Amino acid sequence: MTATLRRRRFILATSAFAALTLILSGCSSSDDSASGANCDAYEAYQGNDGSEIEIYSSIRSPEAEIYQESFAEFEECTGITINWNGTAEFEAQLPVRVEGGTAPDLAVFPQPGLLKAMVATGKMVPASDDVSAAADEYYGADWKAYGTVDGTFYAAPLGANVKSFVWYSPKTFADNGWTIPTTWSELLALSDQIASEGKVQPWCVGFGSGDATGWVGTDWMEDLMLRVNDAATYDAWVNHTMPFNDAKVAAVLKEAGKILKNPKYVGNVSAIATTTFQEGGAGLVDGSCAMHRQASFIGGILSADYGATIVTPEDTDVEGGITTFYFPGVTADQRPALGGGEFVGAFNDSGAAQAVQLYLTSPEWNNKKAALGGWFSANKGLDVANVADPVNKNAVEILKSATTFRFDGSDAMPAAVGAGSFWKEMTAWVAENKSDKAVLDAIEKSWPKS
Amino acid sequence: MLEVAARQTQLEQAFSKLTGLVLTVLIFALLVMLAFWLAERASEKIQRYVKYLLFLTPALVFLFIGLIGPALRTLYLSFRDARGDNFVGLENYHWAFTQPEILEVLKNTGIWMVVAPLASTGFGLTIAVLTDRMRRPGLVKSLIFMPMAISFVGAGIIWKFVYQFQPNDRVAEIGLLSQIAEWLGFVPTNWILTSPLNTFLLIIVFVWIQTGFAMVVLSAAIKAIPDEILEASMLDGASGWKRFSKVTVPMIRGTIIVVLSTITIGALKVFDIIRTMTGGNFKTSVIANEMYNQSFRALNYGTGSALAIILFIGVLPLVAYNVVHLRRERAER
Amino acid sequence: MTNILKRKKVRDIESVKTHLSSPWASFAAILLATIWTIPTFGLFVTSFRPSTGINTSGWWTVLTKPEFTLENYSRVLFEGRGATPPLSQYFLNTFAIVVPSTIIPITIAIFAAYAIAWFDFKGRNFIFFSIFALQVIPLQMSLIPLLQLFSGGLHIGSVTVIPSFGITGTFIPIWLAHTMFGLPLAIFLLHNFIAQLPRELIEAARVDGADYFKLFRQIVLPLSIPAIASFAIFQFLWVWNDLLVALTFGGGKREIAPLMVRLAEMTGTRGGDWELLTAGAFVSILVPVAVFFALQRYFVRGLLAGSVKG
Repeated sequence: MTATLRRRRFILATSAFAALTLILSGCSSSDDSASGANCDAYEAYQGNDGSEIEIYSSIRSPEAEIYQESFAEFEECTGITINWNGTAEFEAQLPVRVEGGTAPDLAVFPQPGLLKAMVATGKMVPASDDVSAAADEYYGADWKAYGTVDGTFYAAPLGANVKSFVWYSPKTFADNGWTIPTTWSELLALSDQIASEGKVQPWCVGFGSGDATGWVGTDWMEDLMLRVNDAATYDAWVNHTMPFNDAKVAAVLKEAGKILKNPKYVGNVSAIATTTFQEGGAGLVDGSCAMHRQASFIGGILSADYGATIVTPEDTDVEGGITTFYFPGVTADQRPALGGGEFVGAFNDSGAAQAVQLYLTSPEWNNKKAALGGWFSANKGLDVANVADPVNKNAVEILKSATTFRFDGSDAMPAAVGAGSFWKEMTAWVAENKSDKAVLDAIEKSWPKS
Repeated sequence: MLEVAARQTQLEQAFSKLTGLVLTVLIFALLVMLAFWLAERASEKIQRYVKYLLFLTPALVFLFIGLIGPALRTLYLSFRDARGDNFVGLENYHWAFTQPEILEVLKNTGIWMVVAPLASTGFGLTIAVLTDRMRRPGLVKSLIFMPMAISFVGAGIIWKFVYQFQPNDRVAEIGLLSQIAEWLGFVPTNWILTSPLNTFLLIIVFVWIQTGFAMVVLSAAIKAIPDEILEASMLDGASGWKRFSKVTVPMIRGTIIVVLSTITIGALKVFDIIRTMTGGNFKTSVIANEMYNQSFRALNYGTGSALAIILFIGVLPLVAYNVVHLRRERAER
Repeated sequence: MTNILKRKKVRDIESVKTHLSSPWASFAAILLATIWTIPTFGLFVTSFRPSTGINTSGWWTVLTKPEFTLENYSRVLFEGRGATPPLSQYFLNTFAIVVPSTIIPITIAIFAAYAIAWFDFKGRNFIFFSIFALQVIPLQMSLIPLLQLFSGGLHIGSVTVIPSFGITGTFIPIWLAHTMFGLPLAIFLLHNFIAQLPRELIEAARVDGADYFKLFRQIVLPLSIPAIASFAIFQFLWVWNDLLVALTFGGGKREIAPLMVRLAEMTGTRGGDWELLTAGAFVSILVPVAVFFALQRYFVRGLLAGSVKG
């Protein structure tokens, strides 16, 4: 029985219990707001009783149920029903529904690029002044900027994740006397050391992800771009003011190749392309490899599907325990962070839609959601104490303390590149041993003109 | 209280859905019956026109809205830019034929178009003939048919457990093909990565699904062969193979062509299998997959539509063949 | 010839056939069926395995080291809380979608197939082959225009040609969409069958004074039952397994979402929940296979000949 399953069970049990008390109290007392929830905090969202709001998203079970749970009190106090509608086909379906005239009330955008495309349809509604003010108050300017298209603010940030992590097993590290590297060269030296000891493979990597295969490779590129080069170069690269096959990009790919294309580190290089990203991390749990670079969210998958336990770096005696260290910069004091997140935009300017959008930016909701587990955001009002998972706690600290923070670059590039050639070429780079130059030239060529 | 109320509304909803369903079906049946009742009582002169109205018009209306209209719109969009705002001439077609990967994609589409229909129909015909002589064909047919009842998501997982390759020697294989290779003393390779083998591995998944279709349709056709003909050939002492090639196949040739054509169109349109199993990587992409990527990933309706039109042109030889066949068949009758 | 005589003859031929049926043919058929089933059998075994086992060892290993759980099924069937309705509601929705989406297109298709095959009018070949060729235009290209039509009606300039009827959020757009998408293949397949009916039969009936309506009702329709049954099962399956049409035309309403939408939703945001996918795939496969069994008797030899009256 894994941690997540246990948690799910527990929630099931409590909700059943809550239902029971609801029925009982509902039968004994008459009107008197059966749940006894204090609705004072929801004053700002009142006046939309009986409305129904659909939130369209790519986030589905089991996270969807947790979202739905976090809305319960809001729904009860305001009379607004929130329907969380999650589907794997979100990216393809949203444009169809918007163009077809059945747009959802709110949509959760995982990529700023898609937001831009939807704004271009003219069907999106700019965020209300209240939402805009709340975004100013609770989010950094860079986060607000990702929800802004051509100077108009549309979408407020929702959840966040931090990608600059290397996952490892503290027990394995302690047993072998390995130390946490703090610079890129130390990381390579450690990899050499592990490889020469020959007990385990230094790295596990998996690029596989169905029709999104290759995105793990783009994350590697982005993280290293922030380290080998600087934030300004990163922006030029993402905005294509610098060509994709520039020497600076080539330098980054070369560094990435030192790990990803080294059979001594990763074993069978071409198999990276067919190993799913979930399986990629599994090697940590069964002890077949030592390190795995992946975003904060992989912990949930490894614990639910592969029996891992998420621990702190100090827990060196937990079998199957995994945690993270910061993906080091070229120097120890360089600490840029790469992350991602979602943004909530509206296609409906009704009071209810705006109320929900506003509520999602509030510290109250963010704390409530974080307390339900496995989630955090970049909201300034988020109390770290509400984030239970040690890795996510660490991620929140990184979000707050990073010298430079940049959003997932491929998500901000035009979809033809960021969800197309960049994925495909990174995959071919490992699968077919395509040369650095051929890869970068092909991506540059695919960049949409105009 | 809330839960009870929710349960109650759910029951009510279920009830209203069921009554709605029954009413819809009843109304539809009544309409059809009423139309026939009226038409059969009309004079011959009126019937001459009414027969088109009743038999042909509904289909044409639906086809126009659901098929012809969108097809024309696709043609129109293929000459316009990504969002359909400006006319760009033949630029999208030019783009399609100058993409470096396009030759690869065309080649793969060609392989799919030839191998997938032949293999599916071949297997389907074989099983239809073999089970035609069986005393209890039910179970065999159901097993062959079962893949048709599995959704693409399900099929994707099933075949993942066949083709999966474990690069790390220390970890057990979870893919059946790799395991079988190991049992036979071979070193398993990364199947799905090996081009051009991988295209055929994907075609196997498609054939595995479509054979059920071919079998059912061909089996029905074989059963429709008049008993007298089979009987006569049996009395002539024709061998099993001779009866198959000289009687069965010619008698159901029309159906075989129909099945081949239908599966060819399915193979031309295939993209779910490719999308779930390789995402179009490792040189396995086909036109339909590229079309999907352009339209719904890159949100470029112009190039996506151009690829759809190219697909349409690809099917024209098949149409021509069907025309010739239908003409010949009508002449023979 | 009377029916009794005919039936006797069928029996005779059956006995000749049985006599001739070779055990090798049966063996080959069973062998093929077995090979066909191995991958599905793997899925079946996997659906009873705990999630950690699925990812770390091959499914065939449980044949020697059994390790089974019903947890996957209990989660697929009963998990769901808060606003998520129980699975039974999704079953009901699927049912409410499948029945009209099978009956309506088949009725319309058999009409059209009959007209194209037996009415003499100019352009029937053109219509037939247009239908055939246009099948290749992928469904995805039709989604946006159809959705626009259903949600906003059809307008040319400021003139409303078709009003919207306010059907968004009901089953009606889903039924209509399935009808439109199912028609081309239905017409194509049924035409093939109807066109092959013996010309003498049709002409004899015409001479007897049957008009085209009676002809259809009394001869063509009864004779087409096997073809209709075999097509019905395919249309049924496509609708049953459909995700795209339901997602697009369901308007995001949970109340009318079918089983497939729910199963796809349950597969998890990061797609790692194979144990749920495998169990879900089996839950969804049961009804179609049962329907196949039920319809199978329509495919038997003799029914065609036996049903012709007079």
